[in-house]
Amino acid sequence: MKWNKIFILAGIVVIVALATVAAVSPVFKNNPYLGKYLPLVKDITLGLDLQGGVHVVLEAKDTPEVKVTPDTMKQLMAVIQRRVDQFGVAEPVIQQQGRDRLIVEIAGRIDPEEAVRTMVKTAYLEFKTMDGKTVVTGADLKDAIESKDPTSGQIKVDLTFNAAGAKKFAEATAANVGKPIAIILDGQVLQTPVVQEPIPNGKAQITGYQSLEEAHNIAILLRSGALPVKVEVAEKRGIGPALGADSLEKSKHAGLVGVLAILIFMVMYYRLPGLVADFALLIYALIVLAIYVGLHVTMTLPGIAAFLLSLGIAVDANVIIFERLKEELRTGKSLRSAIDAGFKRAFTAIFDANATTLIAAVVLYFFGTGPIRGFAITLGIGIVASMFTAITVTRWLLHLVAASGLVRNAKAYGA
Amino acid sequence: MHFIKLRKIWYAISIAVILPGLISLMLQGLNLGIDFTGGNLLEVRFAEPVPVEKVRQVVAAQGLEISRGIQKSGTTDYIIRTRHLTQDESDKLIAALSELGKNTVLRNESVGPTIGRELTTKAILALLIASVLMVIYITLRFEFKQGIAAIIALLHDTLVVTGIFSLFRIEVDSAFVAALLTIIGYSINDTIVIFDRIRENMLTRKKGESLEDVVNASLWQTLTRSINTVLTVVFVLVALYFLGGSTIRNFVLAMLIGVVSGAYSSICNASPLWVDFKLMEKRAKVKEARA
Repeated sequence: MKWNKIFILAGIVVIVALATVAAVSPVFKNNPYLGKYLPLVKDITLGLDLQGGVHVVLEAKDTPEVKVTPDTMKQLMAVIQRRVDQFGVAEPVIQQQGRDRLIVEIAGRIDPEEAVRTMVKTAYLEFKTMDGKTVVTGADLKDAIESKDPTSGQIKVDLTFNAAGAKKFAEATAANVGKPIAIILDGQVLQTPVVQEPIPNGKAQITGYQSLEEAHNIAILLRSGALPVKVEVAEKRGIGPALGADSLEKSKHAGLVGVLAILIFMVMYYRLPGLVADFALLIYALIVLAIYVGLHVTMTLPGIAAFLLSLGIAVDANVIIFERLKEELRTGKSLRSAIDAGFKRAFTAIFDANATTLIAAVVLYFFGTGPIRGFAITLGIGIVASMFTAITVTRWLLHLVAASGLVRNAKAYGA
Repeated sequence: MHFIKLRKIWYAISIAVILPGLISLMLQGLNLGIDFTGGNLLEVRFAEPVPVEKVRQVVAAQGLEISRGIQKSGTTDYIIRTRHLTQDESDKLIAALSELGKNTVLRNESVGPTIGRELTTKAILALLIASVLMVIYITLRFEFKQGIAAIIALLHDTLVVTGIFSLFRIEVDSAFVAALLTIIGYSINDTIVIFDRIRENMLTRKKGESLEDVVNASLWQTLTRSINTVLTVVFVLVALYFLGGSTIRNFVLAMLIGVVSGAYSSICNASPLWVDFKLMEKRAKVKEARA
């Protein structure tokens, strides 16, 4: 027995055990410093399919009036950005794809249908006089705020025009005292109030809403302005929060069962090396999780599948090594030289096998979109990390165990 | 058991598995999901059970043709597939469904026809590029004939999976492409480990030892590893299939079939095929020498 080796081994076991617990369970949630960074898993971004949300591809279309140009696309993006910002969700993704497409991704507990509706609604506001002249439009607007009158319960949107709009509005109201002015939203007359007196301060009010929510959505649209081009929804994937939470819960459960099955199998079949491999797999999982957090990888359902598959690949590397180790021991080599020879011979097999899988992952990354891309990234990270752990961590641990003299019987190593 | 001597049996088994699927692929093709064809998929959960006929009526009343039928999943969930809907049409459909009873929209996916076409071409391109790159890699590290044998084994696995999906009309979506590529990665991974052992054993080949025997010995030496690796991956996939979310069930099923097929083809197709290629080369040389 070499006590210093045993001491190191025990130390590693304790550290990895602590790291595992800290990474996945919120033990430090009350500690202001540690609670901010731990557990690691809470910092992994969840994809739309796991937390609910919506992925929309908007396609701008040419119309006789407006053509799609890089300039109108820029304006469109700005308007959509403002509209999406109103949902108040963290980190929405808005990016242009090709010449005429915009990808919008909003994650979180939102109503996907409502979100898309608000995004593509035109919201073209006009004030028109009796003789059909447009007085002011949404472009003259400075602000729009919804509110509910506490006494009468009436729901309204208060409008404030900018300087130019206020001037135009003042002139129009002065010229039309006693006559109605129509408020038109998206071509529909909302109301036709009669002008009582000139309004010089550029303030107006729209009423006639069913709910505060409706008024809120209208206010958002008015504030963010009209869309510069015609827009159609080319692709939409909306996952309600209910399904998202359901999928996440189930996948976690399934993952746990699968991983436990692997861990138990390894110990039952490979005994002591199996135990070492299980331990290396824990370290592997920690490394992979840390990389996910570091690279801000978005976790999707296929991503979880890729993670579990890469766990399978990591196990495979260990299996190859242990089968070799057994063979080397059978030829009568000493434990230490058998470990070295086993690793050396297993390395080319592991390297070539993983390199080809990595090629598939890279091709997937460059040709895939959305969840498939996430899948490719998780698979790629998994392959590289599994090679690293199998070749360094497992080898180091096996050497430590062998050198410690804790277990000398070659039978424990499967021979 | 001598794997190589029995190779005609393995080939026959492979063909017997692939042939029905291949015929089905040619006659009825794949049951393509909206990712490829374009269309709309609406999944709703009603608070109270609602009869299928009622849902069908509501959809028909919207003037929407029910292209792939209304699918009931669970007691209160419905999946309604229609053509690609505009936001207005989709809003109207959801509003109409609300009249049947309180419900929540679980997911609502809509893919335009152009996007569907792009996805299909990209998927096929990805498959081709990945195959070519892997053959190049294997040719560099091993030899060209082994690259070809490995690719035939891959083709076998993709045909088994797509054939079974075609035969049983299981819906194919973009995640299926990801599954196929993973199967390819896995199958080639498996094949390479065996080829690595053959490469090593060929170096220490004894005089007079036949090629068949060397390959057979290599297969036996790697057999435990082959079985154990497949087992561990299958553990995870089975857990995901039975306990995972419904949205990835088809994806996991494809992987499950592919992984098992991949292990089979690595042992029973890739290595025997390489032996046959080698023997053909030898025979050609003998012929040449005689002539």
